[in-house]
Amino acid sequence: MIVKILKRLFIILVLLFLYLPILILAVYSFTSSTQIGAIRGFSLKNYVTLVTTPELTGMIAGTISLAVAAALIATVLGTMGALGAFYSGRKMSSMITTLNQIPVINADVVTGFSICILLVVAFHISKDSYIPLLAGHVTLCAPFVFLSVMPRITQMDPSIYEAALDLGATPFRALIEVVIPQIVPGIISGFALAVTLSLDDYFIATYTKPATFDTISTYVVNATKGAQTTIKTALWALSTVIFVIVVLVVLISNIRALRSQGELRKEGRNV
Amino acid sequence: MQFSRKHLGIPYAVFLLVFVAAPLLFLCYYAFTNGQGQFTLRNLSGFFTDPNTLGTLFYSLLVAVVTTVVCLLLAYPVAYILAKSRLRSRSVILMLFIMPMWINFSLRVTALKEILTVIEGNLAMFPFLNAIIGMTYDFLPFMILPIYTTISRLDDALREAAMDLGADSVQTFLRITLPLSVPGIISGISMVFLPAMTNYVILDMLYNSTYIMGSLIGSYFSAYNWNGGSMISLVLLAMICIFTLLTGGGEEETGRGGALL
Amino acid sequence: MDKQTDTIIELHGITKVFEDGFKAVDDFNLEVKRGEFVTFLGPSGCGKTTTLRMIAGFDNPTEGDILLNGSSIIHLPPYKRPINTVFQRYALFPHMNIYENIAFGLRQKKTPGDVIDRKVRRVLDLVDLEGFEKRKIQTLSGGQQQRIAIARALVNEPEILLLDEPLGALDLKMRKEMQLELKNMHRRLGITFIYVTHDQEEALTMSDKIVVMNEGRTQQIGVPEDIYNEPKNAFVADFIGESNIFNGMMTGHLKARFCGGEFDCVDDYEEGTHITAVVRPEDVEITPPGQGTINGVVDSVIFKGMHYEITVLSGKNEMVIQTVHNARRGDRVGLRVDPENIHIMIAEDHTNLFFADVTPDFRLEYNGHRLDTSLTAIIPGSTRKQDGTLVDGSGDVLEPGRIRIQISLQPDDIEMTDDQEAGLVIGTISNLIYKGDHYSYIIHTELEQDFVVNDEFLWNMGDRVSLLMPVDKMKFILKRK
Repeated sequence: MIVKILKRLFIILVLLFLYLPILILAVYSFTSSTQIGAIRGFSLKNYVTLVTTPELTGMIAGTISLAVAAALIATVLGTMGALGAFYSGRKMSSMITTLNQIPVINADVVTGFSICILLVVAFHISKDSYIPLLAGHVTLCAPFVFLSVMPRITQMDPSIYEAALDLGATPFRALIEVVIPQIVPGIISGFALAVTLSLDDYFIATYTKPATFDTISTYVVNATKGAQTTIKTALWALSTVIFVIVVLVVLISNIRALRSQGELRKEGRNV
Repeated sequence: MQFSRKHLGIPYAVFLLVFVAAPLLFLCYYAFTNGQGQFTLRNLSGFFTDPNTLGTLFYSLLVAVVTTVVCLLLAYPVAYILAKSRLRSRSVILMLFIMPMWINFSLRVTALKEILTVIEGNLAMFPFLNAIIGMTYDFLPFMILPIYTTISRLDDALREAAMDLGADSVQTFLRITLPLSVPGIISGISMVFLPAMTNYVILDMLYNSTYIMGSLIGSYFSAYNWNGGSMISLVLLAMICIFTLLTGGGEEETGRGGALL
Repeated sequence: MDKQTDTIIELHGITKVFEDGFKAVDDFNLEVKRGEFVTFLGPSGCGKTTTLRMIAGFDNPTEGDILLNGSSIIHLPPYKRPINTVFQRYALFPHMNIYENIAFGLRQKKTPGDVIDRKVRRVLDLVDLEGFEKRKIQTLSGGQQQRIAIARALVNEPEILLLDEPLGALDLKMRKEMQLELKNMHRRLGITFIYVTHDQEEALTMSDKIVVMNEGRTQQIGVPEDIYNEPKNAFVADFIGESNIFNGMMTGHLKARFCGGEFDCVDDYEEGTHITAVVRPEDVEITPPGQGTINGVVDSVIFKGMHYEITVLSGKNEMVIQTVHNARRGDRVGLRVDPENIHIMIAEDHTNLFFADVTPDFRLEYNGHRLDTSLTAIIPGSTRKQDGTLVDGSGDVLEPGRIRIQISLQPDDIEMTDDQEAGLVIGTISNLIYKGDHYSYIIHTELEQDFVVNDEFLWNMGDRVSLLMPVDKMKFILKRK
């Protein structure tokens, strides 16, 4: 009994360590306080600042556009790469798999710096063109799309593709109508992962972004060094908004997963 | 040209060659040349003879080792308790441990910083402690997840067999569960150790001005010293390769991807 | 009908060598008549599925040609061949409902919607699954999925339907039902069926023509009755039904020596010819001792419901008998076989086949001599566990009492010696023929087995010799009891 309580206590303490800062900040984001400590009273001032300051809204929009664009490109490239690697000869396949692993295990600092060296230093591509930034983020994300699509392909019954050919589909149509639908879950989770990786990135953006452009990460890191309290407390609001969105997404996806499982079970019972 | 499934891999292969292989080659080129493009070993010898860079190397190793140990000490019990509990809410609690991965790290570290400021008064008083707390706060989920996955996949029959053969629960844990969860531990370590050596922003944000390996690249970058930065990158890359080879990395599902579930 | 339209598909000299050098199919020739039910039968890895895949177009032959209605289809991709396949594990598209699965092929051909509707309904009717259009395939049982797979292929009205072990995943009862149903369907539709299976009973029940294959080569092509009653070689005899198979030699006009006795037979081969004799278990009669052709001791009796399966040992030779009469273990009995029930074939080779014993500690012995090899080396993929048990590649436990190891050894690899202690077994020379550059001997051993040995030197009839049999020349095959 005591052991059980101790176990629960431990779990709760670790959870508190992870969540207390975010939750406290969330509470203070609804006040006019500029410091954690005395609560001054309820206020939506921070949220108003967040949505009305062009600097902040521009930075958020920029971050999201970058994440979506990079994730889209990475998803297309990574999915094609996984299909290609699976269906081609051993040499091609092992080359793709090996190179794919490098950005995964590499430190982001090194990945970002090396892309900057190649594009900006060696080939003089201006950071203002956004090409280095986009290329950097696609390089960060595509390998993870590859990794999340690959298991779906290997688990797929290979005769499904052959069955489509057998029934008169050309290889291209068989791919589009039969193979791709099978791996869609892997593609979707790969895309989601790519988006979160891009949103969370600091290092690659730092080494490749235009001087005038900021992602949430680079902006927040710079803002903490400064002393602008209105911006600082507006970021508390941003942190709270993101937290709520993450919670909602998790809830919705879990409920949907449970429901579709239940549906399948119900249909199975009717047989 | 007739469509074939094999050709699908070509764009990605080209992409990888251009944006993964080529940057590394250029890194090597810049690491072994000086500003005038002449071959030199000075960047390399400089790294190993300069007491400052060597100090940085040791400081980052220290930070990484301590962070990894603290994460492991926190994560293993959490993973073990969760994997062994029969709670129906198990997956919900696990989700709670994973969710922070999806919140922007800079915002989370900002939150931590505000709390630590209240507790400590002046952050600059405890730079090393803050570095460890900050890194642990950021990386803990990456340690919990792989260990949890490994333990929850263990066949219960193994533990029951050990008990059946006369091992008590402590012995069963030490001789069955712990050895079998080593792959998860290794995978967790590889996901915490390397970032802890390089993620200098966490230190920056918590007012710890001591350099770690990542900071060196940052400072060379700010000084437009591409050759110096490239050499540090190569040194880091070499360490990563050695680390990966030692841990047989790449076999366990890789870290950040684990967040998918 | 003239010959041109009578034959639908022809395979000429088909050979398939895979990239890793494995020759899956070797010089395969076959003509299939329109409307025939042809079965490719053989053990796994015999090349039957590879041949089917080449007909479907998934694999291309390394050599040879495939003609459909007289013209080559080698260069046609699978989606342009009027041939459809029922896959082993069905390969239904999991993201489509049953209607869409069946309509898939018609949609590829841009068939109008109302025609698709009508055709889908008709094939669903054919496979007895009317009203299942909207169901998801995950909600179907194995047997239902199988029917959908058949319907999906048939709706395209193929000229040939290929079926790759379609019943393999079903349980026994379901399999029997589907066998009948498939046969009926074949009769009603008149489409040519090419069917692949490793189940000899299935092949015998359903086919008009059976192609028995082994190691990439055709062993025999014929109607089921001929395949069963007149197997062309030892492999077919062994694979189809249960058989006692012996090496032996013709010893006179319509007289053959095998299994330690001289039997009358109806096959006329020249005296001295090496033969393989096949006797079906149901054709052996048990007589009182001394009244049969050979004598033996009952080794085991197993009740099989319709009959007893009795194993009689005559020396080291083993004869399996199916009879309705019981016997007791240890009984001395005589055995006789009607001459017309002995099927004699000229031996393709003179390989000596004999069994080694597996001791409880997993050693191999023959005639009380240890053979210097290990079971793990003989059985591919097998390992000894720490607890001492032996498991094969798929993880099944092999018990010493339940396995036997068949050894094959070529006549050239056995040496005769006067030193009676030196060899594995002692015997007397019972026959010899001069073969131009060497002599071929038959040695009748103390264990009542006949060995064929080639030697360049002349020995005398009746010499007692010891046989030196090098372990490194032996080939081993695992047989389960």
